Amino acid sequence: MTNDSAPTTQPTYYQEVERKGYSRRDFIGFVTMMAAFMGLDKSAIGQVVKAMETKPRIPVIWLHFQECTCCSESFIRSSHPIVADILLDKISLDYTETLMAASGFQAEASLKNTMEKYKGEYILCVEGSVPTGADGVYCMIGGKTSMQILEEAAAGAKAIIAWGSCASNGCVQSAKPNPTNATPIHKLLKTSVPLIKVPGCPPIGEVMAGVIVHLVTFGKIPELDRLGRPKAFYSKRVHDSCYRRPYYDAGLFVETFDDESAKKGYCLYKVGCKGPSTYNACGVMKWNNGTSYPIQSGHPCIGCSEENYWDNGRLYDRASAFAGFGIEANADTLGKAALIGTGVAIAAHAIATNVRKHKLIFNLEKEGKQSEKELES
Amino acid sequence: MANKLLHIHRLRRVYVWELPVRIYHWVNALVIVALIATGFYIADPLALQSQREATDKFTMGWVRYVHFAAAYIFFFNFIFRIYWGFVGNKYANWRQFIPISKKFFKEMWYVFRMDILMLKGKEHMSIGHNAMAGFIYFLTFLAYLVQCLTGFGLYAGMSSWWLPKLFAWVPAMFGGDILTRQIHHWSMWFFILFAVIHVYLVFYHDYVEGRGEMSSMGGGWKFIEEEVFERNHHQTPNPEPKKTTPETITPNPDKPLPENVTTK
Repeated sequence: MTNDSAPTTQPTYYQEVERKGYSRRDFIGFVTMMAAFMGLDKSAIGQVVKAMETKPRIPVIWLHFQECTCCSESFIRSSHPIVADILLDKISLDYTETLMAASGFQAEASLKNTMEKYKGEYILCVEGSVPTGADGVYCMIGGKTSMQILEEAAAGAKAIIAWGSCASNGCVQSAKPNPTNATPIHKLLKTSVPLIKVPGCPPIGEVMAGVIVHLVTFGKIPELDRLGRPKAFYSKRVHDSCYRRPYYDAGLFVETFDDESAKKGYCLYKVGCKGPSTYNACGVMKWNNGTSYPIQSGHPCIGCSEENYWDNGRLYDRASAFAGFGIEANADTLGKAALIGTGVAIAAHAIATNVRKHKLIFNLEKEGKQSEKELES
Repeated sequence: MANKLLHIHRLRRVYVWELPVRIYHWVNALVIVALIATGFYIADPLALQSQREATDKFTMGWVRYVHFAAAYIFFFNFIFRIYWGFVGNKYANWRQFIPISKKFFKEMWYVFRMDILMLKGKEHMSIGHNAMAGFIYFLTFLAYLVQCLTGFGLYAGMSSWWLPKLFAWVPAMFGGDILTRQIHHWSMWFFILFAVIHVYLVFYHDYVEGRGEMSSMGGGWKFIEEEVFERNHHQTPNPEPKKTTPETITPNPDKPLPENVTTK
């Protein structure tokens, strides 16, 4: 924000840690936790420590578009206080609409300054989708459309992080009929700046911190999967790390939310759990300081980090509605109808065959009977 | 009493479906049934209210195991059939399935008129697949492809073998597993509908032609009237012409077919 006098050289993360009054022990604890989350080897902890001690903090511009700010909320409620205090506080120093003190012209000036001063060095974090409908008027800040702001900020960024499902996939505001034409940022940006998608509604705070720590430590973006998500956090399905998985394999399922199976804590697959289709770290990291996560609370995973989860399926049903055939029709309903239709058509065809091709069949039979008779004699 | 007008046909035995084709067919039939049955269970498992501990049971695990094992057999069987489409006999050849000539379309239209619209006229007699059947089988091959792509795509994330991992791009293309799974499920219905119609049409052809359609997938033989054989033989003296259409006999107005195949 409005730092006293913008320092010419940025302080390192560790300097900030010390300045905020954290002990060395707190700091090492934080680094160890982050390294574990990132799936790093124990030997890499020293590397992370060194990076945090020596590397100046990365300037960050954090843009908010069409979203609910749950990503920021998730981040600042990350389990370790250093995450919020140092990473967010310090990285978001430059510009973030939600948390900065500056407003109006001052805020816009801050954004402009950061973009100019740290051209090619800053990390651009984007929270929210960009509504492109009606020339982008649905989301405008300081007289500019979100698309304009995004394009300007993306041009000079070192890397772009798409926080949450809005920026990564479009999330609920891009659900049909998508009146504002909300669009995830990777579909809009034409720059060669690397983009990291951190989907989830919201993403887990520790995952967000882990991505930032990785960028700081290694100076490059983490290894990404085919959909552009960091492999360290999105390579496994929620299903694979689910503590209820044994019930799934055993074939023991909750049928309704108030049945005996629900009380026993059986698998939530049949009440619509999207865990088997959702790639996220919820089962391992959990939420709110590792307290719980939806499945642990008896609620199926809704697949919030998956593209189109809002349109692709019902929340409490494995089968999805079949568009254009009413909300109750799923693939199996249609399949059964088609099967009945086929059966009727076959019956009609069989009858028609015996009528229309009567002579043909009659001759065949006659021929066969004749041969049979000749054999007798 | 021998009816002078009744023509007793001499039938000529033709080896249509070679042993590899027959093995392919029945393996395919078996694994598709297994895949559909297990697939339905996986999509919507039965309600098992058991008092036993989960450790004693592995119901879903076994069903999934059967599904995946059958999927591998299905996949390699499919690959084998494609290979056989290049080295097998003329009835197994890939040209039987892909409409690439005008003649193919003409025959399809003819089969449609005779077998579906039931118009009066000369019966269409084919030795291998008729053009319509060939084309439908081509569509099933496309459906196989869809199922292999989506199925192994979904499986890729759980596998450590390189083969399923080759399909990891498929869910990525559809934006994730949710849609991929649904496409996999929807496509299954094509197989069910196909199987029903396929079995019916085998009965139908056996019934109206009496040439061993039904048993052909057992022993490989189909039977063809001597006159038809001769006629066809004279039409294509060279057994390996640059033909691009199925080996079929289209009605020739100059030379009427034997009586029993006319519907007049």
